[in-house]
Amino acid sequence: MVDATHFDGAHGPKPTRAFSRRNIFLYGTLIVVAFYYLIPLYVMVVTSLKGMPEIRMGNIFAPPVEITFEPWVKAWSEACTGLNCDGLSRGFWNSVRITVPSVLVSILIASVNGYALANWRFKGADVFFTILIFGAFIPYQVMLYPMVILLREMGIYGTLTGLVVVHTIFGMPILTLLFRNYFTSLPEELFKAARVDGAGFWGIYFQIMLPMSLPIFVVAMILQVTGIWNDFLFGVVYTKPDIYPMTVQLNNIVNSVQGVKEYNVNMAATILTGLVPLTIYFVSGRLFVRGIAAGAVKG
Amino acid sequence: MATGATKPFGLFRNMSAKIAAIPMIFAAMVVFFGGTIWTVVYSFTDSKLLPRTNWVGFEQYERLWGTNRWLISIENLMIYGVCSLFFSLVIGFLLAALLDQKIRFENTFRTIFLYPFALSFIVTGLIWQWLLNPEFGIQSIIRDLGWTSFAFDPLYNQDIVIYGVLVAGLWQGTGLIMVLMLAGLRGIDQDIWKASRVDGIPSWKTYLFIVIPMMRPVFITTLVIIASGIVKVFDLVVAQTSGGPGIASEVPAKFVYDTMFLRQNLGQGFAASTMMLLAVLIVIIPWAYLEFGGKKRG
Amino acid sequence: MSNTHSVEIKNLTLSFGAVDVLKKLDLTIGQGEFLVLLGSSGCGKSTLLNCIAGLLDVTAGQVWINGKNVTWAEPSERGIGMVFQSYALYPQMTVEGNMSFGLKNAKVPKPEIKKRVAHAADVLQIEPLLNRKPSALSGGQRQRVAIGRALVRDVDVFLFDEPLSNLDAKLRADLRIELKQLHARLKNTMIYVTHDQIEAMTLADRIAVMKDGLIQQLGSPDEVYNKPENLYVADFIGSPSMNLLEGVIEDQFFKAGDLSVPLAGYDFSRQANGAAWFGIRPEHVSLGSEAESTDVKLNVKVEVVEALGSDTLALTEVNGTRFWLRTSGQSKISAGDAVTIGFNAAEASLFDKKDEKRL
Repeated sequence: MVDATHFDGAHGPKPTRAFSRRNIFLYGTLIVVAFYYLIPLYVMVVTSLKGMPEIRMGNIFAPPVEITFEPWVKAWSEACTGLNCDGLSRGFWNSVRITVPSVLVSILIASVNGYALANWRFKGADVFFTILIFGAFIPYQVMLYPMVILLREMGIYGTLTGLVVVHTIFGMPILTLLFRNYFTSLPEELFKAARVDGAGFWGIYFQIMLPMSLPIFVVAMILQVTGIWNDFLFGVVYTKPDIYPMTVQLNNIVNSVQGVKEYNVNMAATILTGLVPLTIYFVSGRLFVRGIAAGAVKG
Repeated sequence: MATGATKPFGLFRNMSAKIAAIPMIFAAMVVFFGGTIWTVVYSFTDSKLLPRTNWVGFEQYERLWGTNRWLISIENLMIYGVCSLFFSLVIGFLLAALLDQKIRFENTFRTIFLYPFALSFIVTGLIWQWLLNPEFGIQSIIRDLGWTSFAFDPLYNQDIVIYGVLVAGLWQGTGLIMVLMLAGLRGIDQDIWKASRVDGIPSWKTYLFIVIPMMRPVFITTLVIIASGIVKVFDLVVAQTSGGPGIASEVPAKFVYDTMFLRQNLGQGFAASTMMLLAVLIVIIPWAYLEFGGKKRG
Repeated sequence: MSNTHSVEIKNLTLSFGAVDVLKKLDLTIGQGEFLVLLGSSGCGKSTLLNCIAGLLDVTAGQVWINGKNVTWAEPSERGIGMVFQSYALYPQMTVEGNMSFGLKNAKVPKPEIKKRVAHAADVLQIEPLLNRKPSALSGGQRQRVAIGRALVRDVDVFLFDEPLSNLDAKLRADLRIELKQLHARLKNTMIYVTHDQIEAMTLADRIAVMKDGLIQQLGSPDEVYNKPENLYVADFIGSPSMNLLEGVIEDQFFKAGDLSVPLAGYDFSRQANGAAWFGIRPEHVSLGSEAESTDVKLNVKVEVVEALGSDTLALTEVNGTRFWLRTSGQSKISAGDAVTIGFNAAEASLFDKKDEKRL
């Protein structure tokens, strides 16, 4: 599909003088747009550092007169979801316990599967693969209930294991595609040479393919960690309140109808929830771009 | 099997690969294929709390299309979809074109435009819920500046609430479209620019008549990505408006979820999700035909 | 009987869907023979090699190596070593690791591995490179390592899939000579796929010219060059290719327009009259005084001259057909010259117009 990794070499006409009319227009527009993207983040941070009286008085853009970390502490350990009042920390740890095994299992299965599809084609493989890719476009709502039945039959409905299975299955189309395309792009002769050298299915996977594929594994990790961390639908459908992931808990905290709205706590909680994917984004840079460009199909 | 003179039995040949593909076969056949068929079939029953095979023909569909809530969902999806498609493509392309002018700090700008995409829809929805809060948000700021009659409270106004969701959706998603467009622009042969400069064609004309037609595949892929994302809009609405005020910002995905899991009306939920499936197929099948059907001939 | 045959291909067919890539192919390769599979891309030569290696499943037919039916055996169990066009060295392993990977998989004891790697490294003069990664090697060195990897396997049959195509011209010529010396020394059976005629002519004991999944001609380089079996082989081998004139054979004469060539000197394999192709190689066309004694003489105008240094090529026209001739590098002809040319039927090739086979 679209390879979003190559950003080298801009194509437009070369800029001339530093303060030409063209440059002023160009940078002016970009800076204005950049403000549109940045202001929400700014407002969030600012709000989360204010006390409630200050919020009620001032405007949301004003920097805090008196910085307080109280809302952050409250969001993390005291905020109420309607069921309990032990804050987002519970959701954070739930999300960690959901994300780590889901990422590992889904990548393991999809990478081996992509490798089988790329190098060990067997009859009928293409049919299954086509259905799988089509599956990426089917609205999840269509498969929500059948999946409930399936998990119930397996006795893992409402459990962490069940959610890991769900993430593995629904992550499979895009990950398999990612790995299949990557392994297909590796020279086929390498695979042939390894077969002549007597290496089998697993031998070639572990000794030849894996050491050559670190970048794509990193891309897949980024894709999955952000995707699973940000998931809301599966979390709310397939888990029970005591193991709700962070996103579900955040929504329950902010949109709970009881009590007085504490906007500063809400914003602190929102930032906390966004922190994991944001950190990954800022640390991984281009690999993230590559991951989401591939993962965009997932919608 | 070791002799090499006889052909091994078909099923056992390439055994490891087949074992490795079992999860895929399971997901494809049982979940994606089986699950979809199951939902479509049970949309013709009067299942309530639990699925049951009491066939009622198209009754669920008739009731669905007579439900105000569903009609509002569809209308919202249409408005959101058309606007989202249009603005994502236009803004995404313009930003990409601006970034493609050999500017300084390209990476910084790109990082800023894209970071909202790393955030979940829940987070996005909550941020914009706050920004659009009429008491404290944008409306109050502008009133404080002296324009006391200024009204911009989409989240409390039934008529424009969906545009409030749209603003948040665009903020979150245009960065991705920009990245895809930028990759498309960078994929175009440098010589095109040289040739157009030699011919003295102004940049905007080159973009409009040469570059954009050349980027057709990128546009189509992007279109499909946006379109399939639109149908799935759920979390954003849940977080930002909870479907309100009233039911003014309901969308089909939320309708299905609420109907099945909150109102225990499974049959109705299945019918609604089947309609969603239909909508997606109308987008996907022509695209898949264009994208993959053509390649087989080559 | 089969013990003198190193590799035997029996009735081999390979189909991808409805397309037959190889069509009921038979081929017997003797012990120690250097066989070259030659053809343009898509002719099935690489496919055939992959079938012999066991990297593709055949649709029908059998592959025998050293008297054993290996049609369905794993590639590693067939007693073959293979060298690829892209070298296919494992990037994360050192040269030594690359060469010993196959032996490790075959559970050969460590001292034995060391011995064989050292021996192969000695033969190919790559000892100083053993601890390097492939990325730190030049193209020529990489290909030597790839050959070394096949060498350590201590097998009877070597398969080469266009091994020199990725190298530049000079290196290719050098390695060609080395391969020839290696074959002379090891006396293994070698099957070598290439699209390069020069490699085929210089390396092969026998050449199999392939087209559309069929072997067009199997013979020594001399036979293939001088007595092509059919029109395709005649046209494919040689650069510039054989001059081909369209005409008829009547009463021991080949007639085309004004041209009439007496065929008394031609060694017919079967008697024929009627429509035919007359082929003569550019170097068998004589120029000027040398043309005095030939079977037929023509006056033509030189249109283009290509002086290559070692020899000179001149393009003329006979009966409206392009007609090349090759003459000494010292010859002083130039475009526009009117010259006399001539040739002998004994050095020509005649092909039936209908089945395009040699007459």
